[in-house]
Amino acid sequence: MYEFEHHKPASVADAASAMKGADDGKLLAGGQTMIPTLKQRLASPSDLVDLSGIAELKGITVSGGTVTIGAMTNHAAVAASADIKSALPALAELADHIGDAQVRNRGTIGGSVANNDPAADYPAACLALGATIHTSQRDIAADDFFTGLFETALEDDEIITKISFPVASKAAYVKFPNPASRYALVGVFVADGPAGIRVAVTGAGQDGVFRVPEMESALSSNFSADALANVKVSADNLNADIHASADYRAHLITVMAKRAVAKI
Amino acid sequence: MPDGTTGTGIGAAVKRVEDFRFLTGKGNYTDDINRPGQSFAYILRSPHAHAKITSIDSSAAKAAAGVLAVFTGEDMQVGSLPCGWQIHSKDGSPMLEPEHPPLAKGKVRYVGDQVAVVIADTYSQAKDAAESIVVNYEVLPAAVSMSDALTDKSLVHDDIGSNLCFDWEIGDEAAVDEAMSKAAHITKIDLVNNRLVPNAMEPRAAVGEFDAATGEYTLYTTSQNPHVIRLLMGAFVLSIPEHKLRVVAPDVGGGFGSKIYHYAEEAIVTWAAPKIGRPIKWVADRSEAFISDAHGRDQINHAELALDANGKFLALKVQTQANMGAYLSTFAPCVPTYLSATLLAGTYTTPAIHANVKAIFTNTVPVDAYRGAGRPESTYLIERIVDQAARETGIDKVEIRRRNFIPADAFPYQTPVALQYDSGDYEATLSSATKLADVAGFAARKAEAASRGKLRGMGYSTYLEACGIAPSAVVGSLGARAGLYESAEVRVHPTGSVTVFTGTHSHGQGHETTFAQLVSDRLGLPMENIEISHGDTNKVQFGMGTYGSRSLAVGGEALIRAVDKIIDKAKKIAAHVLEASADDIEFKDGNFTVAGTDRSMAFGEVALTAYVPHNFPHDELEPGLDEKAFYDPANFTYPGGCHICEVEIDPETGVTEVIKFTAVDDVGRVINPMIVEGQVHGGVAQGIGQALLEYAAYDENGQLVTGSFMDYTMPRADNFPKFDVTTEGTLCTHNTLGVKGVGEVGAIGSPPAVINAVIDALWDRGVRDMSMPATPEKVWSALQAAE
Repeated sequence: MYEFEHHKPASVADAASAMKGADDGKLLAGGQTMIPTLKQRLASPSDLVDLSGIAELKGITVSGGTVTIGAMTNHAAVAASADIKSALPALAELADHIGDAQVRNRGTIGGSVANNDPAADYPAACLALGATIHTSQRDIAADDFFTGLFETALEDDEIITKISFPVASKAAYVKFPNPASRYALVGVFVADGPAGIRVAVTGAGQDGVFRVPEMESALSSNFSADALANVKVSADNLNADIHASADYRAHLITVMAKRAVAKI
Repeated sequence: MPDGTTGTGIGAAVKRVEDFRFLTGKGNYTDDINRPGQSFAYILRSPHAHAKITSIDSSAAKAAAGVLAVFTGEDMQVGSLPCGWQIHSKDGSPMLEPEHPPLAKGKVRYVGDQVAVVIADTYSQAKDAAESIVVNYEVLPAAVSMSDALTDKSLVHDDIGSNLCFDWEIGDEAAVDEAMSKAAHITKIDLVNNRLVPNAMEPRAAVGEFDAATGEYTLYTTSQNPHVIRLLMGAFVLSIPEHKLRVVAPDVGGGFGSKIYHYAEEAIVTWAAPKIGRPIKWVADRSEAFISDAHGRDQINHAELALDANGKFLALKVQTQANMGAYLSTFAPCVPTYLSATLLAGTYTTPAIHANVKAIFTNTVPVDAYRGAGRPESTYLIERIVDQAARETGIDKVEIRRRNFIPADAFPYQTPVALQYDSGDYEATLSSATKLADVAGFAARKAEAASRGKLRGMGYSTYLEACGIAPSAVVGSLGARAGLYESAEVRVHPTGSVTVFTGTHSHGQGHETTFAQLVSDRLGLPMENIEISHGDTNKVQFGMGTYGSRSLAVGGEALIRAVDKIIDKAKKIAAHVLEASADDIEFKDGNFTVAGTDRSMAFGEVALTAYVPHNFPHDELEPGLDEKAFYDPANFTYPGGCHICEVEIDPETGVTEVIKFTAVDDVGRVINPMIVEGQVHGGVAQGIGQALLEYAAYDENGQLVTGSFMDYTMPRADNFPKFDVTTEGTLCTHNTLGVKGVGEVGAIGSPPAVINAVIDALWDRGVRDMSMPATPEKVWSALQAAE
């Protein structure tokens, strides 16, 4: 990797000011994407602002029908949280199947959401559950947050502090892993909660996570796997690579959505 | 010999003595070796599959912080990296053999080809400086696929004038054509044997060192065969005589063939060490391994099998295209020819066989032997076409195999493609595997799966392979530029402990245990009194190394012969001390006894007498107890057996799950059943990997698309069920141990069993073919197409 200045602030405010003072600063959360990118010399930030020393960014609270997760909470902690398992088990299960044990003990929810990898799992949960992304500057609805491939509504020096998920009465996530990387080739999060019935898809879209209105309306009239059996998703705007054509991904969206509904 | 079920002798499942150091992180791998004053090398590699180098400006790199030197192909005027096997085309002409410079001269020929080396105080400095090297390339059209390459529109090597390396044949084509014309049925098949990236856990590494005071070079390297590297690099590339070149292959973390070959980086660090006056270390990172380790497999085959009305095989005709990649790697030419086409009889009595093999240069990473080396390719072809013939003729797939097996009483059996099998009993292994796999219960399991919407299938492979390579005179006549004997030295120390020096090399196989068991068994010594030493040309007298499942059948046999020389001499010493005739001395359980008496000497006492020879037959013997043996095998060995795979396919997603995998392998006498089982497990994992998961994909520009584990599907534990593995032996008839070899059988036998099972599962849904790897998308697409 190239040389950079390393900062380890103790507060969000200090982190934000370190970012402001940097020519081309990057935030370091769990580093599960950033560190490999640096090691492969695909990025050369002037400064790396390490968020791991900020206590206020960690922790899980469940109250008033909302699950709130600090941005620097790692996937293993979400997976193991008895409160989340009780209030929103689909979210704990999603976290339990991200990457492998090493990744889950390093990777964070804030880092995953900020990176908006088109094959990441958390964006589907955020969109389907109608989450709110809280930052050092404002609150952003998930609907407005994910703006494209690795693109979000975040400003350069804006830091995610926590993410809150309204508890849904029904929720499930099923993914079809890429055989090699085990990222989601297609992941479908189905929820019936305060935000309504939502179906969010990760892994498949050229612009990242997206919702499937046809499935949502089919489930509104009949919340069952059978209701989705004949909902075909268009292959337009879906990814195609050596692991899966757009047609295969489109097919898998229906299959994974059916399986998610069947799990509920 | 003891029956071996307990203790440390032949047949005992002794825990691996080397594992303590491996499991506690105390192994000594090449990257663990750090020499005083050591510098670091970074290799600048070609980003293009095919390009002219019009200029290289390394002035900025040479001036960069910490940089000691930058060298390019123009600087490194040395010999070509040699090829160890010469094939002649069917017209008698020798194969085309292009120059292979360690650093590219004027042209790069694959993505990953070495362009320059930067040597600096640290690895990071070398890598930083390499970014400032300005290479101007004139990009040329790349011959990526074999079909593109065969048009010769773009020549990988302009000076040899063609991309066709050789056009070789074996067998009696006229006899095959005659049989085909009389056949009741001809089954035809087209196959692709997918290109694989070996991915040993330890990436390749090399440390080069030169001692100006003695004029001696030392190369530490991740090699399966240090003496071969010393010979190839010393004699052909750098002109360093053997007595001034030491090659050390310390602990090596897996090879699978990819660490047999002499690679450019070994020559580069050895050549450059005296130029900068410091040792130089190079270590590949994983991304570099993907584009610089020799790849495996990569064949396209067309085959036709002629049968009579009773399903007896009359003739087999095969046309193969074999990808050599951009240069000839050390043993590449023998893989599709003498290690593959000679196996086309398999376990069957097919009387007439003809194969034509075209070896083709392409702008891709060189291809060479990878676990199985040619035998997986022929086995896949035979076992696929046999299954297809069964489908087409309506004969049961097990029955058609039985009708065509070489019977157990027909050995030695001469095939029509050069090999003479010494022993085997294919009916026995098939019968045992059938029971172990619970074939009888399959129909019920299939019905139960169907009730869950899943498709079950069962596939067979009744394979054979030739290993224990190999008789030097035979391979010499077939083009090998080396002998393939092995050597061992047994050094008995004065107090009776033993060090064995073997020319084989252990990089996961457990030789330090298995070979010690042979000595323990023969000399009656405890394991802790025996040390197995390998991997250092300054310690080990000579050796050809480890590959082709040869270590026990060739290296173990050499060891046994050296041990027997020790026993012979020790008997004479004991006879002298005990005042008896050597013929009357019996050696048992570590004691030399005069037959019929209680007069005896322990092994340790004899050893001490040999080194403190106060009472010694000096007129008859030299002092000391240290013996060597070189052993050249009389034939290949012929392991075989039956693999049965049961899969369940989810038709909605196309995902294939291996539910049960049964392997009954005849590997000859088993020395350590635990190690044998582990070898089969590893081989089967790689075979299932080839069948379901792995392939190296190039795009049309010659970029490796599957260049990391993000896209190259390495098998993981959750891809497999628990394997049901057992051995059932006939003994090899031409070595005293009766051993055959086990390192590769898993990777050879398993791929067709898996694919035959996948096709079986999909058959009722109208799918008639499946290629490797049977990825979920491929299976799903085949189901869609069949609907």
